[in-house]
Amino acid sequence: MASGLVYDIQRFSVHDGPGIRTTAFFKGCPLDCWWCHNPESIAPYREVIFRSDKCIGCGACTDACPGELPGDERLSGPGECHLCGACCDCCPTGAREMVGEKMTPGELCSELEKDRVFYEQSGGGVTFSGGEPLAQPEFLLASLRECVRRGIRTAVDTSGCADPDVLDQVADEADILLYDIKHTDDRAHRKYVGVSNSQILDNLQRLARRRGGGGLIARLPLIPGINDDPENLSAVGQLLADLGIRRLHLLPYHRAGTEKYPLLDKQNRLSNLTPPGSEDIGAAKDRLQKYGICVRTGG
Amino acid sequence: MLNDRVKKLRTDSREARPRISMERARLVTDAYREHAGTVSPPVLRALAFRHLMRQKRVRINEGELIVGERGPAPQATPTFPELCCHTVDDLRVIRDRDRVCFDVDDEDIALQRDEMIPFWQGRSMRDRIFSEMTPEWIECYEAGIFTEFMEQRAPGHTVAGDKVYRKGMLDLKRDIGMAVEQIDPDADPGAQEKLNQLQAMQICCDAIVEYAGRHCRAALELAADEKDPGRTEELHRIAEICRKVPANAPGTFWEALQAYWFVHIGVITELNTWDSFCPGRLDQHLYPFYRREVEAGILNPERARELLQCFWIKFNNQPAPPKVGVTMEESGTYTDFANINIGGLRADGSDGVNDLSYLLLEVVDEMRLTQPSSNVQISKRSPGRFLQKAGEVIRRGFGQPSVFNADAVVVELLRQGKAIEDARRGGTSGCVETGAFGKEAYFLTGYFNLAKVLEITLHDGLDPQTGKRLGPGTGDPRCFSHFDELVGAYEAQVNHFIDVKIRGNHVIEKLYAEEMPSPFLSLVIDDCIENAADYNAGGARYNTSYIQGVGIGTTTDSMSAIRHHVFERETLTMDDLLSALRTDFCGAEKTRQLLQNRTPRYGNDDDCADELMRQIFEIFFSSVEGRPTVRGGTYRINMLPTTCHVYFGAVTGATPEGRRAHVPLSEGISPVQGADLHGPTGVIKSAAKMDHLRTGGTLLNQKLTPDILEGESGLRRLAALIRSYFLLDGHHIQFNVVSADTLRAAQDEPEKHRNLIVRVAGYSDYFNHLSAELQDEIIARTEHGRL
Repeated sequence: MASGLVYDIQRFSVHDGPGIRTTAFFKGCPLDCWWCHNPESIAPYREVIFRSDKCIGCGACTDACPGELPGDERLSGPGECHLCGACCDCCPTGAREMVGEKMTPGELCSELEKDRVFYEQSGGGVTFSGGEPLAQPEFLLASLRECVRRGIRTAVDTSGCADPDVLDQVADEADILLYDIKHTDDRAHRKYVGVSNSQILDNLQRLARRRGGGGLIARLPLIPGINDDPENLSAVGQLLADLGIRRLHLLPYHRAGTEKYPLLDKQNRLSNLTPPGSEDIGAAKDRLQKYGICVRTGG
Repeated sequence: MLNDRVKKLRTDSREARPRISMERARLVTDAYREHAGTVSPPVLRALAFRHLMRQKRVRINEGELIVGERGPAPQATPTFPELCCHTVDDLRVIRDRDRVCFDVDDEDIALQRDEMIPFWQGRSMRDRIFSEMTPEWIECYEAGIFTEFMEQRAPGHTVAGDKVYRKGMLDLKRDIGMAVEQIDPDADPGAQEKLNQLQAMQICCDAIVEYAGRHCRAALELAADEKDPGRTEELHRIAEICRKVPANAPGTFWEALQAYWFVHIGVITELNTWDSFCPGRLDQHLYPFYRREVEAGILNPERARELLQCFWIKFNNQPAPPKVGVTMEESGTYTDFANINIGGLRADGSDGVNDLSYLLLEVVDEMRLTQPSSNVQISKRSPGRFLQKAGEVIRRGFGQPSVFNADAVVVELLRQGKAIEDARRGGTSGCVETGAFGKEAYFLTGYFNLAKVLEITLHDGLDPQTGKRLGPGTGDPRCFSHFDELVGAYEAQVNHFIDVKIRGNHVIEKLYAEEMPSPFLSLVIDDCIENAADYNAGGARYNTSYIQGVGIGTTTDSMSAIRHHVFERETLTMDDLLSALRTDFCGAEKTRQLLQNRTPRYGNDDDCADELMRQIFEIFFSSVEGRPTVRGGTYRINMLPTTCHVYFGAVTGATPEGRRAHVPLSEGISPVQGADLHGPTGVIKSAAKMDHLRTGGTLLNQKLTPDILEGESGLRRLAALIRSYFLLDGHHIQFNVVSADTLRAAQDEPEKHRNLIVRVAGYSDYFNHLSAELQDEIIARTEHGRL
């Protein structure tokens, strides 16, 4: 069976669909959003992260490294390091951590099934998120089918940047699709997300036709100065109204991910951005609600 | 909301400073001087009780509707020299300590020195218990392997059933008369003892009626001087009620509350019973009165609310009697553990939730007092609306109500051999203890330090803190080649220390049964009258003694660390580990980090660790379960700590899961503070792997951030967490809904957070009243919030 790469399984997840859920985060994403709060989700391969605040300088990692880990220098990414994980396994504090675990759908679903009782009591289930879960189509489909077989309700949180056929198949299996819209303007989309929005919008149309808005929830990250202008909000509202999509989760930008960038040696392009205030969020909500959309802040 | 009367009573109750009153000590001593040696022990106790009821000051507080104080004023707390005769130093400590302190007058210290100590020294239960314990027991006690509940407080942990509402003292006297007739002095060699006991009970019946009569007269005297016609009328009403109850069964809602309260005062004045006393299933008991009067238009729900609020204040006026020594360490709080049960099942198995259940939840919410504590009993039949209403109160964050699985409570009681109706009329008291209310004498006999026993096992029977040999030699763990050998050694040590504990318990229970009966309490617990036997001597329908396991999280993680690092991965040798423990990880921080962070740990729904928890549970369970008690009952276990995990931590050196020496152990069945990394569902799944149904109660603490419980969806999530845990047969769960930031702010500026109440362990307390260690411990309990 196709195995996949998962970087986190978060239990008692309460923001990615109804009820009490477990969210499986797939590693690898075709997008490169400036505001990404899970930068470790982007690369489609395992990575070593290093938390210097947890390091006690015991030297276990250098001793364990079969390669040439020089002194206390950290290494990550393919090239210098073979990602064998020896340094992570021996790290007493967890300062070195391997991000990304290869799992089969069966292994993943056994993990996800652990909270079955909570799903059943709360009307919750499992959410496949990422990264971009559709970037690992066989693994995702097999995992979805495995959940269906085990009687677990599912949701898929997608950027929509995916092969339309895969999307169709996923849409057929998943109970709920959480579909992100970042920007309606293609130029801005290319700039801040790294790709054109045309396939994403086409896919959304296709999906809306196919599902008629049922079990389809749009999600809009609200990023100050990037996509919170009235024009974009109105355009999003209009688009959803046209497609008959009645539900939207507004996800205000937060800084929770900023601390992760240095761990991965990545540049945070929005390091100075202030999260939107409650008035800004309220205004965005009002504007979107004018289009007859039920808007919820947070998932 | 609170009206002016209740507001004032509440403020008076909260602002009165706890102080020691010597009134009771003096009266009891007078009675003993007069009667000791001339009458049988139960009659002596009854005569002392009668003297108290006749002589102790009667106090009716301004504006109150329910009357009767244990002391001469709210928060004035008696001592019980016949149980624990405080030394002069004890009284100074009680006066001067930072927390749970009581004002003590200099003349009272002098009275203690000149009259109480000379009379009671060597005679008090405390002195007698310690003098009769073996050196082996004393050494284990001093090392902190177990505690002893009866060394300065009387057995209690009991709860009233419905008898108080069905029968007055005159009815009970008739029952006593019938029991006397049943005794055949010619055929029954125990006849005289039984007759003595029944005579004592009868004296107590009369005594409490006299006490109520004194309140009747006091109310009339106050009424004569009262200017306010409204209050005058109330005082006349109070007088009338006190004339009627508890001599007769109550006929109205108000009378029912007053009848219970007189009994409550009787029980907590007779002896300083653990967990004071409790009306138990209050909504069940009061509902017939409530419904009848509301339907007849005599009582409106607002008046009922006010009466209940006045009733609540009476509990808050009575702090736990001053504790010293280990007893103070294991239960360091003013709270005296009356715990009102709301909801649950009726005797026929149908849902017990009624209008009054909802009203009680509102009273809990409005009063926000640490006493009485409150809980909801949730069965599969309980309506979602009830759980939702409870959730609304829980998320306010003052730690009440806690939540119990009523179906599990029934199964626990059935497993212990109780009749199903008695089981369904039961509930939980104190912190989390299961009981057949009104019919069972269930004594908690002491906490048992599961982690300390592992420490001793790792040292082949020696206590490394003192160097003394306390346990049998079970082998040098450095020579063990399999992990199972360690488990076997641990089991042998647990069995040994439980043996020591129970041998001591036998002596202590016998002392109470023979020398310190409680004939008044025996009146209200079935079937003490019919059996003509005391509550403390096996007279109740059911008799159980508990030993409470503490630190199962710490012990599980320690075992897991040893198995993982020493036996499986071989990242450490046993010798390395033991020397790191000996030095409290000094110079071994890498080892400590490794043990702490790279060990499968309990609380994460990880079978590797959770299976070990089950194994440790089984060892403890098997060592205690089913042993006979002196009074014809049976030993059982439960898993709760009060504040004992702090004390037990203080006497336990560093442990193999990376815990430093002397810091608190894990509490209840909660994971080690901070070891659970997979959120509340992971904790619940792990905790549910314990076989709760074979205990008499377990305690699981969860801290949630307020945002998790916001809105309707937050309440639904809370309900789903609770229902899920209960589907998995969990016994109890309680929530602290307050952010760690708030708690830290309260530590920094206590004066600004005087009202902050938090859940400790089976009870709530003012954050400011807790020791610094306990405050830190509560902050450290994992706060499950949005990541």
